[in-house]
Amino acid sequence: MMKPLGLIQPQSDRPVRWPLFLGRSTIAATTLTGLFTYGCGQTATTPGQAKAPAIAVTQIVEHPSLNAVRDGLKAELIQAGYQPDQTLKWQWESAQGNPSLAAQIAKKFAGDNPNVVVAISTPSAQAVAAAAPKLPLVFSTVTDPLGAKLVSNLQKPGGLITGVSDLTPVDKHLQLITQITPKVKRIGVLYNAGESNSVSLVKLLKAAAANQKLEVVEATVANTSEVANAAKSLIGRTDAIYIPTDNTAVSALESVIQVGVQNKLPVYAGDNDSVERGAIASLGFDYYDVGRQTGKLVVRVLRGEKPGEIAVETPTKLNLTINAKSAQQMGVTVPEKVLSQAAKVIK
Amino acid sequence: MTTLVLSSLIAPDALDRLIVPLSGALELGLLYGLVAIGVYVSFRVLNFPDLTVDGSFPLGAAVAATLIVKGVNPIAATVVAMLAGAIAGLCTAWLNVQLKILNLLASILTMIALYSINLRIMGQPNVPLLGQTTVMTLLEGGLKQLPSVLSPFGTSLVLLAIVVLVKLGGDRFFRSELGLAMRATGENSDMARAQGIATHHIVLLGMALSNGLVALAGALFAQVNGFADVTLGVGTIVFGLAAVIIGETVVSGTTIFWATLGAIVGSILYRIAVTMALNTDFLGLETQDLNLVTAILVALALVLPQYKRIKWRFR
Repeated sequence: MMKPLGLIQPQSDRPVRWPLFLGRSTIAATTLTGLFTYGCGQTATTPGQAKAPAIAVTQIVEHPSLNAVRDGLKAELIQAGYQPDQTLKWQWESAQGNPSLAAQIAKKFAGDNPNVVVAISTPSAQAVAAAAPKLPLVFSTVTDPLGAKLVSNLQKPGGLITGVSDLTPVDKHLQLITQITPKVKRIGVLYNAGESNSVSLVKLLKAAAANQKLEVVEATVANTSEVANAAKSLIGRTDAIYIPTDNTAVSALESVIQVGVQNKLPVYAGDNDSVERGAIASLGFDYYDVGRQTGKLVVRVLRGEKPGEIAVETPTKLNLTINAKSAQQMGVTVPEKVLSQAAKVIK
Repeated sequence: MTTLVLSSLIAPDALDRLIVPLSGALELGLLYGLVAIGVYVSFRVLNFPDLTVDGSFPLGAAVAATLIVKGVNPIAATVVAMLAGAIAGLCTAWLNVQLKILNLLASILTMIALYSINLRIMGQPNVPLLGQTTVMTLLEGGLKQLPSVLSPFGTSLVLLAIVVLVKLGGDRFFRSELGLAMRATGENSDMARAQGIATHHIVLLGMALSNGLVALAGALFAQVNGFADVTLGVGTIVFGLAAVIIGETVVSGTTIFWATLGAIVGSILYRIAVTMALNTDFLGLETQDLNLVTAILVALALVLPQYKRIKWRFR
C-alpha cells in the first residue's frame, strides 16, 4: 500500500480528477520504451563512421570558462583537419556538477572506446581514470594533476594520461602586485575552502609569498553571499586583496571591488575577466587558449604519440591586463613601466 | 525495429557499447540502492523527510577515503564511515525529538553542518583514491577468476552481494518486534506511544540506520570511482526518492520484502534511464535535461498516491 509522503497538503475535499495518462503504469511503460529505443539508438550512429577517429569529451559542469575550453579544443581540432561529424566523431557530455553522473559518463565512454577521451576538470578526469583505465586520456583545467593522483610525474606522466593544467602563475602574480604597489606587505586572499583548485592555489601562494617576504592573510567563504563580509573582514588586516581563480569569490567579485574602492584597498585577481570587472591587474590566460593547447595534445595523441610520453603542460599564453580606472579609484598609481607591458588597459 | 536491435547486438563493438555502460549503470544503481533503502527507512517507514543524506553520503566517502589514504584497512574504513553516517542521522533525529526542531529543518541543519565537517575530515575538497588499496582491489584477485562474459560486471557482483545482505538484514529487522515498533511509529506516533513504544528512541534508531546506509553507499562510491569530493552529495535525496518511487511503480507488493526490493530495482532502473539519456537522442533529451526529468518524475510520483487515495474514497 502506498503512503503519501506528507509533503503535499490535501487542498480541499473536492476530489481531484487526474487525467488518465498519469498512471503509475505510464512511468513504467515510458522507462521500458526508453530501454527499447536505447538499443535502436546505437545502430543509428555506427555505420559509415568506422574509420573516423572518435573523441569523447566530458565536462563536470557548463560554465563560461569550461565551455571556452571545449570550444578552443574543437577549434584546434578543426584547424588540424578533423571536421566533427565528417572526419571526426565528436561526442560531448556535461555532468551538470554531479560527480556520480560524471562517473556514469566515464563508464559510457569506456564502452564507446573512443581514440581519445578529453576530461575537462578534476572530478571528470578522476572518474575517467577510474572507470576507463585503458583509454588514452587528455585532461584539461586540472589545477593540480599530481595532487589529484592523475599522473605521478609532470615531465614523463607514463601510462595513458597527459593534459593541460590550468595552474595560474601565483608567484608571477605576487611579483606583479609588488611592482604596482611596492608598499604591500600583507596580502589578503579570499576564496572558497570547498574548491580544490583554490586550496591548491593558496598553498602555492603561501610558499611563493614566503620567498618574497610577504604575509598571506586568508578569508574563506562557503558561498557567494558571504563574500562581501569576508572582504570587509580583511580591512585593516591587509594592504591588498588577491582573488584567485575561485568560482565563488569571482562570482561575487563586485562586492569585493566595492570594499576595495571604499577603503582604498587595492584588489588584484588571478584572471583577466576579473580585471575587466574591476580588479586592478592580472597576468592571466584565456580559457579558450587553454582549450587550443589541449587540442594540440589531442592531435598529437590521435597521430600516434603515447600520452604517457607527453609532458603535462601549463598555460603558455599569459596576458597582462590592467584596469586604470579601478586603480585610480582604489588610490593606486600604476607605474609607466608596468603599463607599457600591458596587453590591454581598461580606462 | 527488432532487426535493428539484433544487428546492433551482433557487432562486437556494439556489444561493448551496450554492456560497459550498462555495467556502469548497474554499479551506480546498486550503490544508490543502499541510498534508496536508507531513504525508504526515513521517508516511508518513519515518515521523516530527511535531507541529511545530502551530507551523509559525502561524509561516508570522506571518512572512508581519508582513512584509506592514511593506510587503514579499507573494510575497517568502510565500517567507520558507516558509523559516522549513523552519528549524523542521530544528530538530525536529536535536533528533532529533543530540541523539537521541525524535522525537515533539523535535517537541513545537519546537512549544512556536514559540509564544513566533511571539509575538515578530508583537509581538502577532494581526496583521490586512484592506486590505493580499496575494498574493490582487495577482491581483484577473486574477480579475475570470473568468466570473461561476466568480467565487466565484477564490481557489480561485489556490490550486489553487499546490497542483498543489507536488504535481507533490513527485511529481518522490520519483521522483528523493534522493526514493527518503528513501522508503527511512522504510521501513527500517538498510537504507537499509547502502546508503550518509546517513539523518541525509535526515531533516533531509524535515522541512524538510514544515514548509516547512505554513508556506506558514499564510502563504496569513493572506492569504486576513485575519489571523494565535497560536492558528492548534490541531489542524493532526489535520487533516493526517485529510486523509491520508481521502485514502487514497478514492483508492487505490500510487504517489506517487496518494498526494499522495489527501492533497489528503482535505483537500478533510474541509472539505466540515465544511461539511456546519455546514449540516445530519444525525444531530443540530453544529459543537460536530466535534472529536469528527475524533478518531473519525482513530482509526478509525489502527486500520484494522493490521486489513488481519493479514488478509493469514492469507490
